[in-house]
Amino acid sequence: MPSPRADVALLYRRAGFGAGPAVLDAAQAAGFDATLEKLLAGLSAPDDHRPALPHLSSYELISRNRGGDLYGQSVDLAAWWVEKMATTTTPLREKLTLLLHGQFPTANSKVYAPIFMYQQNETFRTLGPGPFDTLTLSLAKDPAMMIWLDTASNVRQAPNENFGRELMERFTMGVGNYTQSDVREAARAFTGWGITDHSGVFVQDDSAHDFGEKLVLGHRGDLTGEDVIEIVTHTPASARWVTARMWSFLAYPVRTTDPVVTELAASYATDLDMTRLLRSILGHPWFLSPASREGLVKQPIEWVAGALRTFRLTAASFKKMGGAGFLVYALGNLGQIPFDPPSVGGWGQNEYWLSTATSVAQLDFAQSLVQFADLSPIDDVGAGSRVDALAELLGIDGWTPQSRAALTHVRHDIPSLAALALTAPEYVVN
Amino acid sequence: MATPMNRREFLAGAAGIGAAGVLHHSLGGRVAGAVPAGGARVGPLAAAPLAERTLVLLTLYGGNDGLNTVVPYEDPRYLAVRSNIAMKPDSVLPLGDGLGLNPAMVNFKSLWDAHHLAIVRGVGYPNPSLSHFQSMDIWQTGSTSGDVASGWLGRWLDRTGADPLRACSVGSQVLPAMAGEVRKASAVQDSTDAGAQLPYVAPDLLAVYRELQRARPGDGAYEAAVASTAAEMLSTSKEFAHAIGHVPPPTYPKGVYAGDVGTQLGVVSQLIRANMPTKAYSVTMSGFDTHAGEVGTQSQLLGQLDAAVGAFVSSLAGHRRGAATTLVIYTEFGRRVDSNASGGTDHGTANVVLVVGPSVRGGFYGEQPSLKHLDQNGNLVHNVDFRSVYATVLAHVVGVDPAAFLGRRYPVLGFV
Repeated sequence: MPSPRADVALLYRRAGFGAGPAVLDAAQAAGFDATLEKLLAGLSAPDDHRPALPHLSSYELISRNRGGDLYGQSVDLAAWWVEKMATTTTPLREKLTLLLHGQFPTANSKVYAPIFMYQQNETFRTLGPGPFDTLTLSLAKDPAMMIWLDTASNVRQAPNENFGRELMERFTMGVGNYTQSDVREAARAFTGWGITDHSGVFVQDDSAHDFGEKLVLGHRGDLTGEDVIEIVTHTPASARWVTARMWSFLAYPVRTTDPVVTELAASYATDLDMTRLLRSILGHPWFLSPASREGLVKQPIEWVAGALRTFRLTAASFKKMGGAGFLVYALGNLGQIPFDPPSVGGWGQNEYWLSTATSVAQLDFAQSLVQFADLSPIDDVGAGSRVDALAELLGIDGWTPQSRAALTHVRHDIPSLAALALTAPEYVVN
Repeated sequence: MATPMNRREFLAGAAGIGAAGVLHHSLGGRVAGAVPAGGARVGPLAAAPLAERTLVLLTLYGGNDGLNTVVPYEDPRYLAVRSNIAMKPDSVLPLGDGLGLNPAMVNFKSLWDAHHLAIVRGVGYPNPSLSHFQSMDIWQTGSTSGDVASGWLGRWLDRTGADPLRACSVGSQVLPAMAGEVRKASAVQDSTDAGAQLPYVAPDLLAVYRELQRARPGDGAYEAAVASTAAEMLSTSKEFAHAIGHVPPPTYPKGVYAGDVGTQLGVVSQLIRANMPTKAYSVTMSGFDTHAGEVGTQSQLLGQLDAAVGAFVSSLAGHRRGAATTLVIYTEFGRRVDSNASGGTDHGTANVVLVVGPSVRGGFYGEQPSLKHLDQNGNLVHNVDFRSVYATVLAHVVGVDPAAFLGRRYPVLGFV
């Protein structure tokens, strides 16, 4: 039976980016339920640690081709967010923000306006914990999303289907729950939506909007984009899709037909409240099941944020190697750069992250980062208990005998011990 | 030209690989690359023993617009329904049959003229999905049923041993087509620099790492996968790095930009010329989901692709393994016949597959889909099942019985 401490450690890994001994001592004393409530309260509490936002050019300047080094800004922004994950005092909010980035994947490679990527990121942070329909509507009118899925150029003369389709397929319902006719009709409802030329704010151009009758998922009328968002987010299919996605991100991958989805989708459907959904997932007995404990390989962003948190590193720690640029280069080799998902489908899970190329990247980056790490917590303990102290520091339940034996070989070489521990299967799998 | 089938294909299709293999060996020793004029059907691949042949899969993510890649510029309907994005008839690179290549594809045109480019037209599958992810999943698994998790080459890996060098994806992730139920391809970073392929680690630490990543009884599935992947990295990275470090990457004319795909194909070229035992490689390119502003985006992407493929093929010239390399370029679907008012096209169906290589039998395969008789969503109707393309390369490049990996027999095309 896993110990109460193992339960709160799992909670901190999934609902955050892991936690060290002091935090877990307090969590264990408070108990699982109280710890979960504390993490949920953090969804709306101020973050006590906020790294300084890098300079991001205004859209006004970008639209006049005077945005400066936009690629550099996207790198700084990515490093800023990973650093925020590593240092936040409200970890569940940053975790939810990361999961929502995976749910509404948008890439700066097409948007090419880091300021808009930041705006969207803040929307995840502020509206993510609330009702999913409100969040989805806000994202539908979000400039990054409107550029990413071409809503901004969708006009009634011959609508483009990009946003209408991905809204249903990826964001709210899943494939198989709508027809091509629904996609076409939804696309008509979003015609005329755009952003203003130089300020980049949402605007509806009535002359480009199709005011005719539409039929979407059985709802007929002069439907607007707002109506379509309302319709799709309130379908039973959407309750299942959103619940399955969040369960898959936090516990283990499931299909929409899984019994746990059926159970949790019913309560989510009452008001689409994401905080309620998070509470029901993280508080579910199956969240603590063996399937869940072994159910997820850390995403590279989680792995890096966890390592930075453990060893008290920031992007500036890597100044000698290039700072933010080095951090983002490493993330690139690991296969996941914030604000740069491969497509509107986002990233995969588990096996998707495992390749011989990422094994090289992981071992390399682990060895680089320990050069700048604060290793005092394991330096201060005697060599005899150092390997176990490192497991505590990393917020995992301990080592298998084989890993302990292997790591014991390097107990006197503290940086190497720390680097190798980060690559251990016990750490890479949550 | 419709789907040509000669005696060799017939034999391979009917009797499995045994016949084809024997026949190829009996032809061994011919000089690779010597294609007689007009002799496109007698490609020099017949000269290369099966064991020396190499497959390279190039996946275009997003759904490349086939109608603006191989352009039916003599069809008045094309110009009519795509008035805002149609290629100008005098700008395309004519191929015959009323078709012409996108103006950005000058190297592809040279390959066509040299009979080293096969264009398979009208490729698709029944009941086409307009979802990127569902359609790509179908292409990756080689199955339309939705309940097959293994990749079509992954199944070949599953059944042919444990050596992770047999297939290699360039980039951080393994191409799903190359992931089986138990085996998957190795992966190398998209860098032509050997240093990126090998961890910097002291030998004594490597021993500890090896011990840390040794299979353990009682591990969960993912912990076991982490460990086995790390172990495979240890057994492959030195070889990959050595190969990449000893062969220069392809070179580009001044001012030519081939993008990430150029780097990736460069790595593949290095590995092929280093005589790696790898049978199948994969590279990827994204950005083809052109719902708006298609002409500018696609011509830029096709320009990079063209530069990358041109340099790749040139770099293989004069190399034995290089001459036996077949590059297959595909995407999850084509795009809607009618353009939209955003200057783009929405998701479509049937598409072209491009097959390139010094030993490819150039020409058209399959029929050009009608722009008049469309499906109920205004999309092209396919006439070649995509698994015929797979069957062809499984039989004549990989050298196995295709039916064993595709679930049934599909007509083999004659492009290799």
